[in-house]
Amino acid sequence: MSLARKLAVIVATLTALVVLNYVFEYGFGDFQINPYYARIINLIGINITLAVSLNLINGLAGQFSIGHAGFMAVGGYTATYLTVYHGRQIAAMFGSTPAEPLGGSIVMIPSLLAGAAAAALAGLLVGIPSLRLKGDYLAIVTLGFSEIIRVIILNIPAVGGATGFTDAIPITNTFWIFAMAVLTIVITRNIAHSTFGRALFAIRSDEIAAEAMGINTTRYKVMAFVISAALAGIAGGLSGQLFANPLNPQNLNFVKSIEVIVMIVLGGIGSITGAVLGASILTILPEALRGFDQQFPGLRMVIYALLLILLMIFRPQGLLGRREFSWAWLRPVKRRAVLG
Amino acid sequence: MKLCRTTVVFFALVALLAACERRSGSSQASTTGDVLVGMYGSLTGDGASFGQSSVEGAQLAVEEINNAGGVLGGRKIRLLVEDDQSRPEEASNAVTKLITQDRVVAVLGEVASRRTLAAAPVSQKYQVPMITPASTNERVTQVGDYVFRVCFIDPFQGEVLAKFAYNDLKARRVAVLKDIQQDYSVGLTDSIQKTFTTLGGQVLDPVSYSSGDADFRAILTQVRAQKPDAIFATGYYPEAAIIVRQARELGMMMPILGGDGWVGDALKNGREALKNTFISNHYSGENPDPVVQNFRKAYRARFNREPDSIAALGYDAAKVLADSITRAGTTDGPKVRDAIASADVAGVTGRLRMNASRDVVKPAVIEELQFADGDVKYVYKTTINPN
Amino acid sequence: MDTFLQQFINGLSLGAIYALIALGYTMVYGVLRLINFAHGDVYMLGAFAGYYLANAMNMDANPSVLGAVVVTTGAMAICAIVGIVIERFAYRPVRHHSRLTSLITAIGVSLLLEYGGQVVFGATPRFFPQMIRSQVYSVGGIQITNQSLMIIVVAVILMFGLEFIVHRTKMGKAMRAVSFNLPVARLMGINTDLVIAFTFALGSALAAVAGVLVALSIPRIDPLMGLMTGLKAFVAAVLGGIGNIPGAMLGGMLIGLMETWISATAYSTYRDAMAFAVLILILLFRPAGILGTSVTEKV
Repeated sequence: MSLARKLAVIVATLTALVVLNYVFEYGFGDFQINPYYARIINLIGINITLAVSLNLINGLAGQFSIGHAGFMAVGGYTATYLTVYHGRQIAAMFGSTPAEPLGGSIVMIPSLLAGAAAAALAGLLVGIPSLRLKGDYLAIVTLGFSEIIRVIILNIPAVGGATGFTDAIPITNTFWIFAMAVLTIVITRNIAHSTFGRALFAIRSDEIAAEAMGINTTRYKVMAFVISAALAGIAGGLSGQLFANPLNPQNLNFVKSIEVIVMIVLGGIGSITGAVLGASILTILPEALRGFDQQFPGLRMVIYALLLILLMIFRPQGLLGRREFSWAWLRPVKRRAVLG
Repeated sequence: MKLCRTTVVFFALVALLAACERRSGSSQASTTGDVLVGMYGSLTGDGASFGQSSVEGAQLAVEEINNAGGVLGGRKIRLLVEDDQSRPEEASNAVTKLITQDRVVAVLGEVASRRTLAAAPVSQKYQVPMITPASTNERVTQVGDYVFRVCFIDPFQGEVLAKFAYNDLKARRVAVLKDIQQDYSVGLTDSIQKTFTTLGGQVLDPVSYSSGDADFRAILTQVRAQKPDAIFATGYYPEAAIIVRQARELGMMMPILGGDGWVGDALKNGREALKNTFISNHYSGENPDPVVQNFRKAYRARFNREPDSIAALGYDAAKVLADSITRAGTTDGPKVRDAIASADVAGVTGRLRMNASRDVVKPAVIEELQFADGDVKYVYKTTINPN
Repeated sequence: MDTFLQQFINGLSLGAIYALIALGYTMVYGVLRLINFAHGDVYMLGAFAGYYLANAMNMDANPSVLGAVVVTTGAMAICAIVGIVIERFAYRPVRHHSRLTSLITAIGVSLLLEYGGQVVFGATPRFFPQMIRSQVYSVGGIQITNQSLMIIVVAVILMFGLEFIVHRTKMGKAMRAVSFNLPVARLMGINTDLVIAFTFALGSALAAVAGVLVALSIPRIDPLMGLMTGLKAFVAAVLGGIGNIPGAMLGGMLIGLMETWISATAYSTYRDAMAFAVLILILLFRPAGILGTSVTEKV
């Protein structure tokens, strides 16, 4: 794609997002977006970023990380911290305050950058020692790191501790959520189609063979880990600064990491569209089951767990396996000529 | 190009979903049919036992009100309960749904301050009154003028306990065990520390544990070595019962004090170790006041267990709301809000009147605990009034 | 010195619990190379099974050692069956899939037991009846309860029992064979499905004993109690050398002592995190664990 064409696509996308955001916030004419559905759609967007970023590590590189919540926490808290304690100064430089839409968006940029950077650093610190391990051990170590991060945050009063970071200023809006979701998809897509991606696939298929072929497996794994962590950090920053959605260390735990895993497993580990699908379905599902929950409290989560087990037994490759959605699926199937 | 297609498909999905749009809604006020009241609580997850208690209390109150004729000329209250799985973001989802989908006229909930703090802004934004039964963090009612509470705030309870320990038990050097996972406990600890030090006593560095812990011997041993005159255990009853037992097993016989979070059926598992322990409380099951005793009887009959303070608070929150709706004469948000602000209800947990910060002003009692006939006995010691 | 000794005893008794659970982890991993995430929840089920049995026998009013033994045996039997059922219906179908799939299945089972427990038992913590009246012995300046002593003694006995089964019985030999090489063991005529089921049953029974013992000394039980404890027990198993039975015992004791020591310092809330920090360090510097043997991977 030529540079001009690329720029055109980017501008078009951004414009579309700005329009989308406007519609979400203010509606048009006599219509408004139902606030409950709007909230769910926003959450889907954040979960897409989480799922696709996790897919980079678990899906494309075939490593098993269950510490994603930890990176989300590090990035989220850093981003929110920046906004809360320095946001006013930043916005003032442009003659605005974080409470206003423009000021909020201006502050969002350094906020998310800080979150991404902090999470990337965490990814580096976690990745370098752990990625020498394989399979189950890597899983437990990533879990361990995520728990350690969580406990540390719990003990920091400046970011709220057990109460959660309720001082957060709600600067997240639909534009940012989906801009970041699109960015995550684009980054992951580009990686998948590059030499970097090929190396990851090789590592996924057979790590020892890949090493024998001269691929520096540790380096590639760490790189994927760092990128994945940075994106998770961005998701955290978006999540924590969403209206009425403060970050809380109790809930950025093992169970949260598992939920993201279920999203990509449902969609198909290794498939980006699968991750998007999984994230969407699993954000909507608990909300959709609320009525059911009224009749049988607690059963909702039991069904969730059962779903996971059955999925693994009967369709471990998820909905899309490793394939991506393709327009070819929608074309009518041509009858094949039968010869002889 | 694949990239464009993915993006387009993705937006298509979004657009489709976004097509679920409606005309700008009218206010929540309704004039006929059941009065819809929303309640959110942690029915699953680690806060489940408290969530269930608060909901049960509210349900009992609603049933009693409906049986007595309902509100606003015979209209029944319908309590719509949503689970938040013990997660703040789910709390916000639940309240958003209750307000914008179900169009409730008011919201009751939550118990844990961190979840109330997450969801209260939603209530404030849509100008739907919210009454929290048991969130004690100061900041909850600071969210906005539509948020109320019927329980103590941490600073008050902490003051009460510290004063009692200093003046009545003559303690000068105290240790504190706090539950780092519960903002109730953290807030109470801070307040005790402040007051006790102001009075001239010494507070040793608080020692932390987590909800769900079952073995406190290590931290208790360390506390033992520091020889305090008294110990504060500022968490909830499941851990309190064990802390008390293990402390006594380690030979620590000094007074142990706690807040209203100690009140729960499971406290009786402290058994004989409960001797020489004291709590501050608003709800005393032993209080002969008929309001309290009737509540206890009704709750036991309906749910087959002894009510804890959270259930009592849930009950009171619902009662205050119903009373306010009646006095407002309408379900209109702003009017109900004003009615709550001027409420004066004789609740199970004391006389419920809101002050300017929308917190209730009520005295606390100190009770001494004893273990007899297989159950906990709360012996009234003294009352401490808010100043 | 007093305090130090007291903490030491505290640590040992905590460690014995981890050791009992770690034994189950290590056996299943040794045989199936599967981290049975649900193991911690089997421990929880053991405690609950004991709870219902003890209440049915009205133990609170009539404490007795015999009754305690009956309750424990009952809990062991129930959990053994649960273990077999889990293996048969959740793990066996995915045995031939990737390790990732098995791990996710294990997580699913764990969540099922926890949330299911909340629905069936209710989320409110229960308190175990006192099957044996608590007695505190004072030696010097140290207090130790009879329950803590019991835990340590029973754990040691069970460990020796397990060692006996694994090294001196035919079934134990079969277990070791399967853990070396499953397909070849089958070729040698060993009924691998039976051996695996037996392993699960044994591990689950041990977890049940841990559950009942813990419930005796720390009487609070709730459906989520297995989560953290299970994870720490897993760390203990890895610390000692996964697949190695004395290793699990040693690992459990060490984790218990370390956790107690950390609790005694100002950093007590980092207690849980510490277990993971230990795990990370071990995996970095000695992945085989203290008593484990390094196995080079053959390509």
